[in-house]
Amino acid sequence: MLCEKCKANPATTYLKRTINGQTTEQHLCAACAAQTGWGSVWNDFGAEMPALWGNLFAEPSLRAVTDPVRCECCGHTFGEISRSGKMGCPQCYTTFYDRLLPTIRRLHGKTRHTGKLPQAGTEAAKRERELESLKKQLAEAIEKQEYETCAVLRDRIREQEGRK
Amino acid sequence: MTKTDKWYRLSGPEGDVVLSTRIRLARNLNGLPFPAYMTVEQKESVVQKVRAALPQSPKLTLLELRNTQRIDALSMVERHLISPDFSRCADGTAVVLSDDESVSIMLCEEDHLRLQIMRPGLQLTEAFAAADELDTQLDEQLHFAFDDRLGYLTQCPTNLGNGMRASLMLHLPALEESGSIRQLANTVSKLGLTIRGCYGEGSRSEGHIYQLSNQVTLGITEQEAMDNLQNFAMQIVREERAARRKLAQDMRYQDNIWRALGILRYARSLSHQELLELTSHLRVGLSTEVLKGVAFTGDDLNALINDTQPATMMMLARQELEPVERDTARAVTVRERLAE
Repeated sequence: MLCEKCKANPATTYLKRTINGQTTEQHLCAACAAQTGWGSVWNDFGAEMPALWGNLFAEPSLRAVTDPVRCECCGHTFGEISRSGKMGCPQCYTTFYDRLLPTIRRLHGKTRHTGKLPQAGTEAAKRERELESLKKQLAEAIEKQEYETCAVLRDRIREQEGRK
Repeated sequence: MTKTDKWYRLSGPEGDVVLSTRIRLARNLNGLPFPAYMTVEQKESVVQKVRAALPQSPKLTLLELRNTQRIDALSMVERHLISPDFSRCADGTAVVLSDDESVSIMLCEEDHLRLQIMRPGLQLTEAFAAADELDTQLDEQLHFAFDDRLGYLTQCPTNLGNGMRASLMLHLPALEESGSIRQLANTVSKLGLTIRGCYGEGSRSEGHIYQLSNQVTLGITEQEAMDNLQNFAMQIVREERAARRKLAQDMRYQDNIWRALGILRYARSLSHQELLELTSHLRVGLSTEVLKGVAFTGDDLNALINDTQPATMMMLARQELEPVERDTARAVTVRERLAE
């Protein structure tokens, strides 16, 4: 059987992945397997036994049993990220959001972006910011006892919340 | 390369203390691992996507690093266009440059895109406006990785949020002389800023040049981060100027300035570090008007310092030079440019 990726070398590696209940299977040659990032078992072959066993237990489908959450996009586990200090891909932030939050708070003191919004796909974020700003204005208006402004702001907040 | 059209040959506002302004934005593409985990093919695909998304104006040129001579790559490091690590990882990576080198985009360095805008002097607003416009243009095609809560998603969580690092290159010989630099370093960290040697992380100061940048990127708008930086920088500028005026009254320091000019005009061999030390005195001499009747300006010194960096010298001479040969050639250039 030939490698499914390069279709040149004989496939020596069988890769079975189950992510969120969806199972995929691949037959790859050693080079393509290594390139895909699943090559740790085949690197350093002939190294001393403990390392080899360590690598074997690090084989993806086995590791998946002990650390079931892997980033769907790049395949990293939270353990791998915290060991290397490097995120695998942008999606890792969504996958491990809760576990990353304490570190992010420690680094920045905040956990919520307030800067530039890119144009596409952030209508929700823009609405939310507007809502936050309206609520802030409302609090100020209440403080100053400007009740007419309060009424207007309250209507706009209701309208915004209704659109959500 | 013509000699007049590069941004770093000019000085800008507050140019006696602030040598340059840099805005850097970290951006990434969805659906791909970060460069540290990318295959060469994946890096090439990013380069292709960015090539297709480049705007017509400003005119930008994409250079693949594997097609770049080692000396040219090292010279780009010296000109702060690419990072030292990036110059070593050639396969699949590329850099995008504008003709005046004020725009550079590293592709597949730590992040998929590292967009950089440089301006002479203190020009945070202008530099950010240019960065913001280019970012918006690229985003239309590339749809950068973004999360409503965390902002722009970057490989290192320290850049999350606005993904912006704004830096100012400061020339602070008088504050160094008076011993205020250490105190300054303590103050900046409390303000969410950081100060370090001029070649970035882990580097020590050469020629009394320091880099002041914002540290926090999440939960702060670009404008707030720049206001913070600008206010503190202006405070440093005022203190440095005051310290220089005080120094300039000292006969021994005036003597140092004239001696520096003497060495530069007559030396037969100069290392780049010695050149940085000596030109630092000249800058103070010019700004305090101790040096009078000389034909060169701060702009000339900027150009001289740039052109006599080791790899840049070899690039301009189009040949490899041993350190001893470089020191001799450097002294020749300096004698010519600072002649009476």
